[in-house]
Amino acid sequence: MIINHPLLGPRDSSEFVYLGDACLLNRPDWQADDALEQFIEYGHIRDNPAGLHRELWYHEQGDRSWLVVTRNTVTHEITSVELARDVALAEGRST
Amino acid sequence: MRYSGFRVIKEALTGHRGWGPAWRDADPKPEYDYVIIGGGGHGLATAYYLAKEYKQSRIAVLEKGWIGGGNVGRNTTIVRSNYLLDGNEPFYEFSLKLWETLEQDLNYNTMMSQRGIINLMHSDAQRDAYIRRGNAMILNGADAQLLDQKQVLEKYPFLNVNNARFPVMGGLLQARAGTARHDAVAWGYARAADQRGVDIIQNCEVTGFRIEGGKIRGVETSRGYIGAKKVGSCVAGSSSKVMAYAGMRLPIESHVLQAFVSEGLKPVLPGVITFGAGHFYCSQSDKGGLVFGGNIDGYNTYAQRGNLPMVEDVMEEAIAMFPMLGRARLLRSWGGIMDMSMDGTPIIDKTHIDGLYFNGGWCYGGFKATPASGFVYAHLLATDTPHHTATAFRLDRFHTGHMVDEKGMGNQPNLH
Ligand SMILES: Cc1cc2nc3c(=O)[nH]c(=O)nc-3n(C[C@H](O)[C@H](O)[C@H](O)COP(=O)(O)OP(=O)(O)OC[C@H]3O[C@@H](n4cnc5c(N)ncnc54)[C@H](O)[C@@H]3O)c2cc1C
Repeated sequence: MIINHPLLGPRDSSEFVYLGDACLLNRPDWQADDALEQFIEYGHIRDNPAGLHRELWYHEQGDRSWLVVTRNTVTHEITSVELARDVALAEGRST
Repeated sequence: MRYSGFRVIKEALTGHRGWGPAWRDADPKPEYDYVIIGGGGHGLATAYYLAKEYKQSRIAVLEKGWIGGGNVGRNTTIVRSNYLLDGNEPFYEFSLKLWETLEQDLNYNTMMSQRGIINLMHSDAQRDAYIRRGNAMILNGADAQLLDQKQVLEKYPFLNVNNARFPVMGGLLQARAGTARHDAVAWGYARAADQRGVDIIQNCEVTGFRIEGGKIRGVETSRGYIGAKKVGSCVAGSSSKVMAYAGMRLPIESHVLQAFVSEGLKPVLPGVITFGAGHFYCSQSDKGGLVFGGNIDGYNTYAQRGNLPMVEDVMEEAIAMFPMLGRARLLRSWGGIMDMSMDGTPIIDKTHIDGLYFNGGWCYGGFKATPASGFVYAHLLATDTPHHTATAFRLDRFHTGHMVDEKGMGNQPNLH
């Protein structure tokens, strides 16, 4: 698979390390009333869809940026690659 | 019909006209007591043991394609019980004991061959870990033997033991481990279940559940609605998809594992051997091909094919271990979808829906578990209590903190 890095252009997926579903960007609030339940979900429960999947890849053998890759888990086709930072900022996160 | 040596001779002399189909191609009935979803090894074994051990009837296995087309027909066929943790080892040893009598039990040649497995060790720390694991195995009634370098070389004289980075210091041997013919396991269970009245219904995809008042009523399928008192899902890599029909989300990711076969060679590997400094395992099939594999590719996927980086990685490990393999040609490779759980351990449990049960999360190690998985799942379905070897495989362990993490990797499926 070739991941079209927003800054570096097309790179082989073997340069990256895969973490998992991009929901991992949204760490629950540890002070919420149901924080325990939320963290159990966050840590363990996944949608695991057959089809489009937004997922985190880390460019370990490259510029060490975290990317949010949208990829079809049935065909391996990659339809979008964004910097995870941009995604988090667009969702209103400050850091 | 019972298979026997006599029967083979008789059929040979009479033009092989007496062999009938090994199982009926059943059509769905309107209702069953038990519906098992998934005609892989585990689903077929579950139906068999439900009928045989737990004396249940009105059982159907629903398979979306043909039986044996999933992982049971795609794996590298290694059967072993060399686990460390208390939650796992009694279960896998129970499974290995069932393997040892399976052919007589099923009256089917599954080509079970206890040729032994050696896990090579390459460091002092690994030797300590293997000693600990071997002791845990022996405490649970399994067999284990620590081999030094010389003893390993007696069995595998061509190993590159002096690799500067990963010298082979010895290995952990389980002599009762081995391989079995994967397709024959599916067919043997199918035939034996069919003989006990189980309906094996192929080309029948489950597309939904009918649930009323928190209780299962039946399943929607591509061949119409089928009523059921109890439904057991057993669909390996498709677990998240099927359980989503019941509104459930699972501690599972689907990943691809690839496997490889070389051209046929003269007998060279006496048993199963694994490279301890990476992830590589190899055995030789009775046809002569070297059957081997390595790690999962590492990203979520439902495509039954992998990518080149893992192919390269597996070949590098193969050559590091056996430089002589450099001239053997690779014949085939393929992939299967693994239900990777968050702690690397399977789940066999009830769900919050009355009458709906779940079996999955087998990662890349469910073939060896086939007999025990079927047995304990049948136990759970028939008695609503877990079998004593499978009490750790709870669905709620991620909530209660009782994970069974054999490799100590944490909740990251692609590291197990
Ligand atoms: C390349 C590879 C190598 C492996 N090597 C080993 C090994 O050496 N040792 C070992 O112990 N394990 C190994 N495994 C793992 C092992 O094969 C699996 O864990 C095990 O086979 C899973 O159980 P099963 O046989 O029931 O799965 P499967 O055979 O996959 O059965 C599941 C069935 O469910 C069906 N299904 C899915 N969705 C539906 C639906 N909606 N309706 C109806 N049916 C449905 C599928 O078509 C499939 O036939 C390996 C796996 C792979 C892919």
